[in-house]
Amino acid sequence: MASVPVPADTPRGLLRRPRATTGFWSWFTTVDHKKIGLLYGFTAFLFLIVGGAEALLIRLQLARPESTLIDAGTYNELFTMHGLTMVFLVVMPLSAAFFNYLIPLMIGARDVAFPRLNAFSYWAFLAGGLVLYSSWLLGGAPNGGWFGYPPNSTTDLSPGMSFYSLGLAMAGIASTVSAINLAVTIINMRAPGMSLFRMPVFIWMGLVVQFLLAFSLPIITVALFQLLFDRELGTNFFNPAAGGSPLLWQHLFWLFGHPEVYILILPAFGIVSEVLPVFARKPLFGYQFVVFSGIAIGFIGFGVWAHHMYATGLGPVANTAFGLSTIIIAVPTGVKIFNWMGTLYKGDLRFTSAMLFAIGTVTMFVIGGLSGVTHSVVPADYQQTDTYYVVAHFHYVLFGGAIFGLFSGFFYWWPKMFGRLLDERLGKLHFWLMMIGFNLTFGPMHVLGLQGMPRRIPTYPEGYGFDLWNLVSTIGAFTIAASILVFMWNAIGSFRKAKDAPADPWDARTLEWATTSPPPPHNFDEVVTVHSLDELWHRKYAEDESGKVVPVQAGAAPEDQSHVGGHGIHLPGPSYYPLVAALGLPLVGYGVLYGWWLSIVGAVVLLAGLYGWAMEPGAEEA
Amino acid sequence: MAETLRHEASHDTSTGLPNTKLAMWLFLASDCLFFGALIASYVLYRGASLTGPYPNDVFDIPYTSVSSFVLLASSLTMVLALSAFQREDPARGRLWLVTTALLGLTFVGGQAYEFTTFYREGLSLSANLFGSTFFVLTGFHGAHVAIGILMLLSLSAMSFAGKLPGDQSFPVEMVGLYWHFVDIVWIVIFTVVYLIPTPNPT
Repeated sequence: MASVPVPADTPRGLLRRPRATTGFWSWFTTVDHKKIGLLYGFTAFLFLIVGGAEALLIRLQLARPESTLIDAGTYNELFTMHGLTMVFLVVMPLSAAFFNYLIPLMIGARDVAFPRLNAFSYWAFLAGGLVLYSSWLLGGAPNGGWFGYPPNSTTDLSPGMSFYSLGLAMAGIASTVSAINLAVTIINMRAPGMSLFRMPVFIWMGLVVQFLLAFSLPIITVALFQLLFDRELGTNFFNPAAGGSPLLWQHLFWLFGHPEVYILILPAFGIVSEVLPVFARKPLFGYQFVVFSGIAIGFIGFGVWAHHMYATGLGPVANTAFGLSTIIIAVPTGVKIFNWMGTLYKGDLRFTSAMLFAIGTVTMFVIGGLSGVTHSVVPADYQQTDTYYVVAHFHYVLFGGAIFGLFSGFFYWWPKMFGRLLDERLGKLHFWLMMIGFNLTFGPMHVLGLQGMPRRIPTYPEGYGFDLWNLVSTIGAFTIAASILVFMWNAIGSFRKAKDAPADPWDARTLEWATTSPPPPHNFDEVVTVHSLDELWHRKYAEDESGKVVPVQAGAAPEDQSHVGGHGIHLPGPSYYPLVAALGLPLVGYGVLYGWWLSIVGAVVLLAGLYGWAMEPGAEEA
Repeated sequence: MAETLRHEASHDTSTGLPNTKLAMWLFLASDCLFFGALIASYVLYRGASLTGPYPNDVFDIPYTSVSSFVLLASSLTMVLALSAFQREDPARGRLWLVTTALLGLTFVGGQAYEFTTFYREGLSLSANLFGSTFFVLTGFHGAHVAIGILMLLSLSAMSFAGKLPGDQSFPVEMVGLYWHFVDIVWIVIFTVVYLIPTPNPT
């Protein structure tokens, strides 16, 4: 029995079972969580470049006053698409990339609970992203902001906001399916002995994020349908002329939108919680506090949404209540910051690129968190709302927090994923360029906002005191772009050298480092039995009589298992059907805009994919 | 072999629950939020329509009560189907599955008739807030029932063709979970939308 059984030549249903597990075409049929993770990562990085280019155009336009480089309509499309891209097509799928790749490895599993469903999630996400971007060619991109407030979004004549509804609904379906899949994986597929409180913090944060996704995305899905129906079918959900309330959209949007903030940041918190202990050579300080504060953030995250709506006139009672809940949610977040500082305290610190990015995450997130606390104070927020101060705040948490954290993850896990180490000198250049560029870009926006520069304006008059800081901000944005180029150079360079990464290059603590770099398709040759938190560390080190940490003599290093074992392990086989089913989604979506017959074709394709899927066994019986 | 695999799988999992069952429960929990948002939208706009037709003008409570009863009865036949498969009597199980699907079809057919009647009486998606919220809420519920019918019929066909591997009662149980959920949601919708009276604006 081979490790990936090759089926007998028996066509079943529509399509013959794909055989290739390597090569270009295998990426279209793969159900391996590691390959799907890489697909997510690669796709999200391409979208990062596109979304970054949109940001650079915005900054070029704002570099000097009264600029006529970009007209107001295009500017609206650019800032809308920049926000949508970065939130839904970059940070969420990059987190999904890490979760997909690492969850099974870190809990000692062979794959996720539903491998084909996992492939479907990726293809549906890609379909959503492409539908969203196809709007540039089909009559105009979304232009109502990533938040899509009606009545602007319902009455605008360009089709952009319909693409917004359809694209995000598809990405939402992808994320919901993936959330259920990954949550079941974490709950149900842990290696023997890996109790919940032996799970790495990254896995805990992953579990919280999957629950946030599963319970917040249905709400935005309903809102997106209502928006779409208002635009295309003449319903009145957000139509004041018929008695409808645009505020309903804001409630539904932020009831999703605020949990979404934690969906974006908790993966980075998880990454930081793995990276800091490894490079401080100390266990995470207060593991259970970090875990429980993450869970607390998950719960309270559903109770703060109206702090996005202070200025809409909800009244003093509602504003006070949501102000209080917003102040309260800062507490578990602050707990984590102190835990990370405690981890670093008296640690044997190694300032690798991954470590620098992790420290960058913590420090920049503190700045963003503090400006966030100023927003929770209602009278202060009245001054800050819709100014550049808000733009500064959320870039400090989402770029300074999430993107820095994700880059820390890139440097840390790159050798595991590709068997090659990234260059540390280029990594440090990348870090400092990005750190300086980031603060140059978004630091001055605090000042601009407090001086009264409004968000979302395509230009500003001369002599309002906005000129200097806008120019600084633009210079910063191009510095960030330069740092991304350094990273790409680093990434390409890593593939031009021989595989040099050992199984455990960082002397790390968790299970993914117990297998080869990159791991074999079946992850582990033998089922791992877990005895403690930081399992791998305890396999490598023990305390002697005087309490000193010493390396364990026998069986210390994880042996190279790449050429032995792995036989007789029954892996799920590749399949066309997830791709076929996902192909149906954009057809259904385009049908709403271009004629119902196309929706019916899409539904048939979707159903054909699902039936083929149901009739095809998960793994071939050899 | 598939049967042994399945049994091994459920003993292998960390919680002892089969993955599919856990996933189905999570999906249903997630779907609660979906219907929650739709029902909340309906309740928010209850009595807020500026023009008619209003609920009192179109609702035929006895008619919808009968179709609701039909849908609820389908939960009973679903239980009987599962019980038959568990007793390893797939022929009887398929009979009950098809009966459940037919009851579901009766409900959806009744809904289609109701929608047409309402439309003739002037209630459309765009007529007023009541039309928008009513059709979208009950429409999405009807779509859930339709998907359930499709699953029930596919299940009976696969069982008949011998394509259900091993322990046939397991997929029946999963579809049953979904079917009962859709029924329970209807109890909420029927109460909130039809039974709690909405006075006409004066």
